[in-house]
Amino acid sequence: MARVVVDVTLKPEILDPQGQAVQGALGRLGLGGVTSVRQGKQFVISLEGVLDDSRRTQLEELAATLLSNPVIEDYSLSVEDAG
Amino acid sequence: MAPRIGVVTFPGSLDDRDAARAVRLAGGESVSLWHGDATLHGVDAVVLPGGFSYGDYLRCGAIARFSPVMAPLVDAARGGMPVLGICNGFQILCESHLLPGALTRNDSLHFICRDQRLRIESTSTAWTSEFTEGQEIVVPLKNGEGSYVADERTLDALEAEGRVVARYLEVNPNGSRRDIAGISNEAGNVVGLMPHPEHAVEALTGPTTDGLAFFASVLGSLVGAGVAR
Repeated sequence: MARVVVDVTLKPEILDPQGQAVQGALGRLGLGGVTSVRQGKQFVISLEGVLDDSRRTQLEELAATLLSNPVIEDYSLSVEDAG
Repeated sequence: MAPRIGVVTFPGSLDDRDAARAVRLAGGESVSLWHGDATLHGVDAVVLPGGFSYGDYLRCGAIARFSPVMAPLVDAARGGMPVLGICNGFQILCESHLLPGALTRNDSLHFICRDQRLRIESTSTAWTSEFTEGQEIVVPLKNGEGSYVADERTLDALEAEGRVVARYLEVNPNGSRRDIAGISNEAGNVVGLMPHPEHAVEALTGPTTDGLAFFASVLGSLVGAGVAR
């Protein structure tokens, strides 16, 4: 079994009203000094067998098309376990 | 023969029936298309309706973009076939890269449902030729993720090329950059619109009948181009 983690975050210049709402809630719950909260997504992908180069390339492509929208989001892909 | 306008139904589409009805009220023949179809069944134009395709999972329109029907639709749109994306349809067109930019969460975080005043900024698209430039209309708006964003260079290009099709008046309901409610591609055959003209086609149910002109426009464009008679 292989395991790949893809983190997707909004680009810095994109307004994140959800992150701002969470920031407000953190303050109301007593956490001082929070300067910013940005909300993102994490995909934990488990695959059968070994993660070879061709599957890794395929995953990179899908991270850049399906899992994230390059207009508003950045992604980072890390291989936790190559199998 | 009236032009045949396809209306795609995705799992989670809501406004496909209203869009089909608007097509018929404008004098066209509506053709139901299914997201799983790998063909457009010879239609002359397509409407991607509003709703919550695939439950808005991942991002609005992100999964619908990879539906079988989208491959022939993207090809046809690049070849000049008129395509109108309304609300979720606009999101799908952006995810498909037929239109630039993206639609993100309303800046207020609230789902907005209201009758919205718009100004038609461009009448040179396949879907707005029946309007007069600067015409003000009122149609329903209902969205949670309708905030249009693009980088400054893209926004400047849209303005310079006359591709801002409609703008919000009086109030910007969702934080869209430069009050943009709708845009077109370079050729003007593909238009994305966040408000809902298909809900403003009859006095009984709509705030106005202003929306009808979008559908009349495409019928006129098709007849003018000799695609249909």
